[in-house]
Amino acid sequence: MKAAVLQFPGSNCDRDMYMALKNAGADVSMVWHKDAELPQGVDVVGVPGGFSYGDYLRCGAIAANSPITNALKAHVERGGYAFGICNGFQVLTEARLLPGALLRNAGLKYICKTTPLAVEITDSPYTSAYTQGQHIGIPIAHHDGNYTADESTLDMLEGEGRVAFRYLDNPNGSKRDIAGIVSENRRVLGMMPHPERAAEPQHGNEDGKLFFTSLLDAVVSA
Amino acid sequence: MKARIDVMLKTGVLDPQGAAVQHALGALGFEGVNEVRQGKVIMLDLADGTSEETIKDMCEKLLANTVIESYRIEIL
Repeated sequence: MKAAVLQFPGSNCDRDMYMALKNAGADVSMVWHKDAELPQGVDVVGVPGGFSYGDYLRCGAIAANSPITNALKAHVERGGYAFGICNGFQVLTEARLLPGALLRNAGLKYICKTTPLAVEITDSPYTSAYTQGQHIGIPIAHHDGNYTADESTLDMLEGEGRVAFRYLDNPNGSKRDIAGIVSENRRVLGMMPHPERAAEPQHGNEDGKLFFTSLLDAVVSA
Repeated sequence: MKARIDVMLKTGVLDPQGAAVQHALGALGFEGVNEVRQGKVIMLDLADGTSEETIKDMCEKLLANTVIESYRIEIL
């Protein structure tokens, strides 16, 4: 599996994402935001966490319009896999590759802690190695993780089984406790928690590891 | 020419910053502040003759996220 991790000015989880993908067995390359094309033959694009462009205007808004993001959109239109973690999720919503938006946390505070999640679906390329309803602990680290969308969009996401992860103890005010969602074809995922920060024994928590092994399995067998 | 864009969270979208400001005004002793909504103002210095249609396009594509925000254009 060939994976690419995008790097924007202000990305700071790019190397963590690189390591998690690499440890899962992917051939990973880093791609700079000014590049207009993804490396040849890339299967999966990862949009990492951080503070792309200093969160200017809105979190993810500038990154959603950078040259590499156009290549990402074309990749997704071709049916390619893409996932965004934290700021990456914000970028994917701003680029309209996923519905909804991330608002300021309801409690106004930046929150950095391991948060319990329920795995809501196992029929996605990112969650197939988990068990339905499994409880996992994944770190969050964000100020703007309060997921919102209009009621009809939320009903659609629920109806189509597109809520991938839900908070067990909603830390940020997200509508319907949503922590992560997938696209209609399930190949694009966005989530605020950081599975790449819980993917090695040295992290003290490996609950996020199955996210990357699921992805490898899905892409290699596809 | 200049244009002023007001961007506000849509009605019904929770504005925790506005709520915090309202709370702070109350703490200062100001009574009767029923609600505070916080938004942003973007001032554009544009080539003369830029159409309102173009400015609207700028708002839709970048300046506002229409999933959560509304915008108002004022040509100055």
